[in-house]
Amino acid sequence: MTYPDAPGERRTAPEAFPAPSRHPGLRGREGANAPPRRAHAAPEPSGAAARPPTSPAAVAAPAAGGDQGTGPLVRPYTVTGGRTRPKGTGLDMISLVVAARTRIDWRMLEPEHADILRLCRRPVSVAEVSARLDLPMTVVKVLLGDLISRGDVHTRAPRPAAEPPEMNILQAVLDGIRKL
Amino acid sequence: MESASFEQAPAGAMAPAIPAAVKILVAGGFGAGKTTLVGAVSEIPPLNTEEVMTEASLGVDDLDGVEQKTTTTVALDFGRITVNDEVVLYLFGTPGQGRFWFMWDELARGALGAVVLADTRRLDTCFPSVDFFEERGMPFVIAVNRFDGDCPYTAAEIRAALDVGGEVDVLMSDARDREAGKNVLITLVEQAIRRNGGAGAALD
Repeated sequence: MTYPDAPGERRTAPEAFPAPSRHPGLRGREGANAPPRRAHAAPEPSGAAARPPTSPAAVAAPAAGGDQGTGPLVRPYTVTGGRTRPKGTGLDMISLVVAARTRIDWRMLEPEHADILRLCRRPVSVAEVSARLDLPMTVVKVLLGDLISRGDVHTRAPRPAAEPPEMNILQAVLDGIRKL
Repeated sequence: MESASFEQAPAGAMAPAIPAAVKILVAGGFGAGKTTLVGAVSEIPPLNTEEVMTEASLGVDDLDGVEQKTTTTVALDFGRITVNDEVVLYLFGTPGQGRFWFMWDELARGALGAVVLADTRRLDTCFPSVDFFEERGMPFVIAVNRFDGDCPYTAAEIRAALDVGGEVDVLMSDARDREAGKNVLITLVEQAIRRNGGAGAALD
């Protein structure tokens, strides 16, 4: 595999990452006696650790490449009436959603809203709704925003990302994996 | 109609307690076995979703003052492990292609940690992942995927090549094997607990 626009190269963007390319000249080393070595990462300036490895130039690259079909990128929004942003729901891809009511007037629902309500009789994540309905997550977030604002769906957002995971959660995950 | 069973739900089930959701990322180069690993430990067959990334969500608004309308679709494979009634763990295979790099920040937000799958046939394809998690200070482990038991290097050689800190575990693994996958995840979460204050240091 080649990296025509590998992150290591993107990081040479002056504003985002001044560090040089991390793995120059390492391709084609298959069969060598020693594995290719990763160049040691230059220390980041204080406070820069959380900075996303993106820059405007890097982000624009996929579009500039022109290798994406355009059709599927636009059509999903027809089911949202052209809306591409959920209304302040703060939904994350692992936000869990669950139907809030036991009595639903299905005749009043758009088909996509009804599909979502059927899926979330038990708590499911936004990503699962997206996968099961074969709709992009962005679209699902918009539709879920409708349902949440009408009180048809409850949600629990993931814990705040800025805080370290709670120890009891980590311990529960550890125990859960061990029991698999 | 099809809603019947739903409407007959007991009144007390109005708003079931919603579990907490957490996630672990599975990263690595294209073909390193990310989806295979997810599938080996997930309780559901890996699902595929896609996120449409738009110019606005990418924060691109400053390209020489010219407004760029960019849209791209990123596909993600993921699996689920129901930890208990209160916690659900999701495993996300992150896009291996470099051009999806911009997606990683959103993916990584709030993650407990990451597994970097190293493919010894193309070890350099995991370097960007290692760089990313190292710079974020996120717990991560290197799982060396032994395709058909073939690994020309030792874990020590891989560690030396990747030049990772001592807190980063390097394991020989097999992405297809459930027990091996569990071991990788256990090692990762143990590391997260150690990094999180060490209260779990006496776990074993």
